[in-house]
Order: sequence, then structure tokens, then C-alpha cells
Amino acid sequence: MSDFVSGFWSIYVTGISLVSIVGCGVFLWMQSTAKQAEGQTTGHVWDETLEEFNNPLPNWWRWLFYMTIAFSLFYLAMYPGLGSFAGQYKWSSAGEYESEMKKADAQYGPIFQKFLQQDVRTVAANAEAREMGQRLFVTYCAQCHGADANGQKGFPNLTDNDWLFGGTPEQIKESIAKGRDAMMPAKGVKPDMDAEQIKDVANYVRSLSGLAADSIRAQRGKEVFGTACAACHGPDGKGAIGLAPNLTDKVWLYGSSEATITETITKGRANHMPAFGEFLGEAKVHLLTAYVYGLGGGVAEPSAPSVAAPADVAAPNAQ
Amino acid sequence: MQPQATYNYKVVRQFAVMTVIWGIVGMLVGVIIAAQLVWPELNVVEYLSYGRLRPLHTNAVIFAFGGCALFATSYYCVQRTSHATLFAPGLAAFTFWGWQLIIVLAALSLPLGFTSGKEYAELEWPIDILITVVWVSYAIVFFGTIVKRTVSHIYVANWFFGGMILTIALLHLVNSAEIPVLAAGILTPKSYSVYAGVQDAMVQWWYGHNAVGFFLTAGFLGMMYYFVPMQAGRPVYSYRLSVVHFWALIFTYMWAGPHHLHYTALPDWTQSLGMVFSLILLAPSWGGMINGIMTMSGAWHKLRDDPILKFMITSLSFYGMSTFEGPMMSIKTVNALSHYTDWTVGHVHAGALGWVAMISIGSIYYLLPRLFGKVQMHSVKAIEVHFWISTIGIVLYIASMWIAGVMQGLMWRAVNLDGTLTYSFVESVKATYPFWTIRLLGGVLFLSGMFIMAWNMLKTIAGGQAVNAPVLQPAAAH
Repeated sequence: MSDFVSGFWSIYVTGISLVSIVGCGVFLWMQSTAKQAEGQTTGHVWDETLEEFNNPLPNWWRWLFYMTIAFSLFYLAMYPGLGSFAGQYKWSSAGEYESEMKKADAQYGPIFQKFLQQDVRTVAANAEAREMGQRLFVTYCAQCHGADANGQKGFPNLTDNDWLFGGTPEQIKESIAKGRDAMMPAKGVKPDMDAEQIKDVANYVRSLSGLAADSIRAQRGKEVFGTACAACHGPDGKGAIGLAPNLTDKVWLYGSSEATITETITKGRANHMPAFGEFLGEAKVHLLTAYVYGLGGGVAEPSAPSVAAPADVAAPNAQ
Repeated sequence: MQPQATYNYKVVRQFAVMTVIWGIVGMLVGVIIAAQLVWPELNVVEYLSYGRLRPLHTNAVIFAFGGCALFATSYYCVQRTSHATLFAPGLAAFTFWGWQLIIVLAALSLPLGFTSGKEYAELEWPIDILITVVWVSYAIVFFGTIVKRTVSHIYVANWFFGGMILTIALLHLVNSAEIPVLAAGILTPKSYSVYAGVQDAMVQWWYGHNAVGFFLTAGFLGMMYYFVPMQAGRPVYSYRLSVVHFWALIFTYMWAGPHHLHYTALPDWTQSLGMVFSLILLAPSWGGMINGIMTMSGAWHKLRDDPILKFMITSLSFYGMSTFEGPMMSIKTVNALSHYTDWTVGHVHAGALGWVAMISIGSIYYLLPRLFGKVQMHSVKAIEVHFWISTIGIVLYIASMWIAGVMQGLMWRAVNLDGTLTYSFVESVKATYPFWTIRLLGGVLFLSGMFIMAWNMLKTIAGGQAVNAPVLQPAAAH
């Protein structure tokens, strides 16, 4: 076993453990043979009145003690506990985990498997699949995206049709299975941007989606935007799926106040969605994909980013 | 003739009074965080948020309330059973002021967010060093007095106090081994543990469980061994039992820590050893309960009108109950249900309120009149009220946490027909609210009892005056 760097330590631990357990029993046995006189004191007196009876050990207590020792020796013979000795039952926590997972896969696997054969759009329209997907969602996704999938600051809303990495079944599935990393560098590609310019850009960005902005600053900011931000967000600020968010819609991941946008530009942003593919397996990811797709913002074709939700998409849960 | 020597009661008085004061402070913080669980909006500023107040609560009740109680009772007991006045009285006074300084520093630094992140050892390195200095001084005073004794035998209570002092020194030094970030400065300290990963977890829980085993068990058993026979006026039930359970207890407790890390990255063999030694620990733990309760045989009638004895016997009952519950919870299959739930919180408070607080309260009620030249407390009736109010408080507390814990454990493991979890985590939180409310009520009752005690103490002090009893000649010399 890899718990020990050499065979010596296994023997060392085994020896100390056995001597300690057996030693408890030997000590108890030796002490219970000591001379006792029931109802008489030891003859020592402290603090005028403090004395001790020399009563023998209660029998039931002695046997309780012996029994725990006997049980411990039995347990250590059956289960791993003495160095690298695996125990008669060959039990291990890793082995138990694996066998329970295997059992669960055999029992529950087919339930999920039947949906894996179906197209995501079909699964999304299936009421039973939706319920199963929701249960998976509140267990694995709700911590960040919320039980209603409306998201929160830094965690995208999954019910609208604004997608950072795409809303087609394939793109959603990739997001869930492989996770996503996003990074906006501080001050874009213009590291020498000063505080005034940042403020200008922030005002320009606000103006893109019709928010109140200082028009002179916005005017100046537009120029800075062109050099610092347009490389990713595009000259019109509309961004691109998988590259940079659209700044012209009214959807904000971190917030739309001038202070928040200033913070975003000044410090940049880094975000990470963990990969669930290996952890959940293909079938559960498929079901979750269908659930998220069916929340209302699913996109039919990859060529149609951030267009209003197509009417032909099954969106049973749309509010 | 030179004037007759007297016991050093001054430091005992100081610690006894501060036991009650810090008891109120620590339990008040407990009530506040219990209320924050029921009403999360009570987390108004970061300094008083749950995450910062929780370690303040645990440190205050364990080390401020429990610590002062241990100092007071051990200094009293070791003098009277050694028939000698305290060794190094100046150092004894230093332990009082040093310990109070540590408590005040804890009360400031924890809400300000300075923490080493180790449970029950959160205080940062400058305070850790101060703890070491005070604790070594405590050991010098205590063992110096033992050396000075004028009787040949060392009374059993002093074995437990002595064992506690030595072991806590060892635990503190090993667990708090840390590398300070000196650049952070001494006033805004930061440090990193010298251990990493699962070794760090193992050292942490070796410390954590032995803080329970030695600070909260051995120390308070020492208290029990002096104050129960004195208050009952009966000899200790069995000397032999005290020998066996003392050595068995301090030996096996050292092994039990891994049961806090069942089903984690800790190797299976370590978990198994932690579990079996926790089971072996049952009989040694119960040895103390038997010796305490059986000391009452022949004096049971005294329970009827002696509320101090009621405190002591009830504390022993809770001790027996929680030391049965502990080994059961250490069994892996039970732990799979109980771990991370409020059951653990209930178990801890059965020990902390039921055993530690009640034996301390009983002992302090025994001490106060004797330290202030009175025959008994100002109001015996108030002790009776205190007893009942705190007993009801504990019962509400642990019963609600048991139900909540088992419910949480069952909700977390419930699965649907498709194998998905039946409940999301937040649903188990929602379902726990009623039980958190009952727990809060239990805590408020227990805290109210402490206010009654404080009133009774002030009245007793006001009606008496500080006295130092003369050093007695050992009985054998008569």
C-alpha cells in the first residue's frame, strides 16, 4: 500500500497498535487482581475529610472493557487497521465506493441511457426527462446558477437567450462537459490606459445599450474602445460567441453601473465553470443539456447568436 | 509564634469570578450565532458575522469560561489536598493576568479576522506564544505545589489536573507549530501551519479530539474528584477504579482523533484505529462517571435539598451519556449518517453544557462562599432555579439537534427512483429552521441561568469578605 514509504513503518504501526490494545486488557486484568477490601477506605485522608473507598472494580464495567478490547481485535482482523494488512474482508473505502458506484450504474444507468439515444430537442420536450434534469440541476448547478437558473453576479442567467458560449445543444453540452474558462485582461489590449480613459470607455460602453452616459466622455471613450477593446468585443461592441460578451444588449454578468464597468476595465475579469463530463458521465450531461436548453433560451442553429428565441424551439419552462 | 500560614485564595477568587463573567460572554456569543442561523439578516457587519463569531464562541466558552474554572478549582484543590500554600504565588498571579490578556486578545483578534484557520486553535502566533508562556507558568505553580505537599499521597483529582496540564502543553506546541509571515507584522499577524494536506488534518484532529479529552474531560474529572465527594460528604467510591480509568483514559484518548476524519483522504488503517480506540474509550470514560455517581451512595437523600449536588450529579449523567454517544458516533456506519450534521453539534453541547458547564457551575457554587467567608451562597433558592432553567435549556438544545441531525443525514442520503438526490442541500437547511429556533430557546434559557448565577455571586460577595483559610495539618499528623 502506498500509505507507507517502506515495509518497516507498517510493521512499526502494527506492533504499537497491537501492544496498545492488548496492553489495555493486561493492565485491566492486573489491576483487578489487586487486593481490595469492599466498604473500607484506603486509609489516606486529605483536607480533613476526603477519603477513598477500596471497593473492587464493578464487574459489569470490567466486562464492558474486555468486550470493547475483544471487539477491536476482531475488527482489526477483518478490516484494514494494522499497517498495510488489508483485513480478512478485504474491505477498503475506495473499494466500497467503486462497488456502490457500479451497483448504482447498473440500477440507474438504463433510466438515463434511454434518453441518451434521443436528440436533445426531443429530450427537452419530454416531461419525465425535464423532472430528472431539474433534480440534477438543483444538485449540481443551483449553487452558482440558482435553483431557478436565473444566475447571479458572475454566474450567467440560463433562462434568457443571451449566450456567452453558445446556446445550441452542442455548445451547451460542451459547456457542461468540458467547463469553460473566460478571461478579460485588465485594460484590454491597452495596458497604458489611464483612469480618465477608463472612465471614458465605461461611459461609452454604457451608451452602447442605451444607458445614461456622459456624451463627451462616451465620444472620447469610443476612440479608446477601438484600440483597447474592439479586438475581442468587435468594433460595434457586439462581441462574439465564445470570445467576448455582447455589450450592446441589456444583459450584464457583473453589473452595468459605471463603477462596476470601471472595475471590470481596470482589473479585468477571470471566470471559470468547472467541467462535469467525467464526474457526471455522458448520460447525465445529456439530460442536463436538454434541461438547460429547454429553460427558454435554447438556440436552434449555431449561426443565429443572440437573436430572439426561435418559435419552433421547445421552451416549455419559459416564464 | 509566627502568624499561621494561609492558603492562597486570592488567585482562586479571581479565576472563580471570571469564570462566571466569561461564561456569560461566551454563551451570549453562542446565543447570537444561534440567532444568526435562524435570522441570517442578523449578520450585519463582517466583524460580527457568523464566521468570525463562531470561533470566538468556542474559544470563549472552552478557554475563557472552562479555562478559568479549571484554574480556580485546580489551584484550590491542589493547595488543600497538598496541605501547602501555592508554589510561586507571583507566578500564579501572572497566570491570572496572562490568561485574561489572552482572552481579551482573542475577543479582539477573532472578530477582526485574524485566524490561523485551525479549529479550536484559531489564535495567531503571537497569542500562541503567550499561551505557551502562561501555560508553562501554570505547570510550574501546580507541580511546584505538588512537590511542596506535606502528605505522602497525591490525591486523584491532582492526577487528572496534572495530566491535563502536561497534555495540553504537548497538544498546543505540536498543533500550533506554524511559520509566521514576519512581513505581516506582529499586530496584524499571519502564519501558515508547518503541516500540509491530510497530515495537517490529522494533526488538527489529534489536537481537536484531545482538547476535548484532556481540557474538557480530564481537567473536569479532576474537578469532579474533589468537589463531588466534598459536597456529598462521602468517600470516593473506588480507589482502584480511579487508577484503572485514569491510565486507560489518558492512554486511549490519544488515539481517538481520526474518527473526525472518517471517509476522507485519511488512510483506511488510520480511520480504523481511530474507531476502535474510540470504542475502547467507552469503559475508561464511564469509570469516572461510576466513581462520581457511586460516591453518592448513602447520601442520595441530600439531592433533595442540595441544588449544588443536583448540578454535579446531572453533570455526571450528561458525561456518561455523551461518552456513550461519542463511541457510537465513531463507528463508521453511524458516522456516515451523523457526520457534518447538527447531531455532532448536539453531541458537543451535551458534553459542553451538560458535563463541563454543570460541573463547573456546581464547583464554583461550592467555592464562592468559602472564598468570601460565607457559609453558603446568598440565595440557595436561586441555585435551585438556575439548576432547573439550565437543565431544561440543555434538554431543548440537544433534543432539537438530535432530531435536526438525523433528519439532515436522512435527507442528504435520500435518492429518487432514478438515483438522483431527493433533496437539494438548501431544502435540508429550510427543514432545519424550526429546530434551530428550539436550539436558540435552549441556549437563551442556559444563558439566563448564568445571569442568575452572576446576581447570586455579586450578592454573596457584597455580603461577605475575602478570606484565606489557614493551611491545615495533614490528618496523619494528628
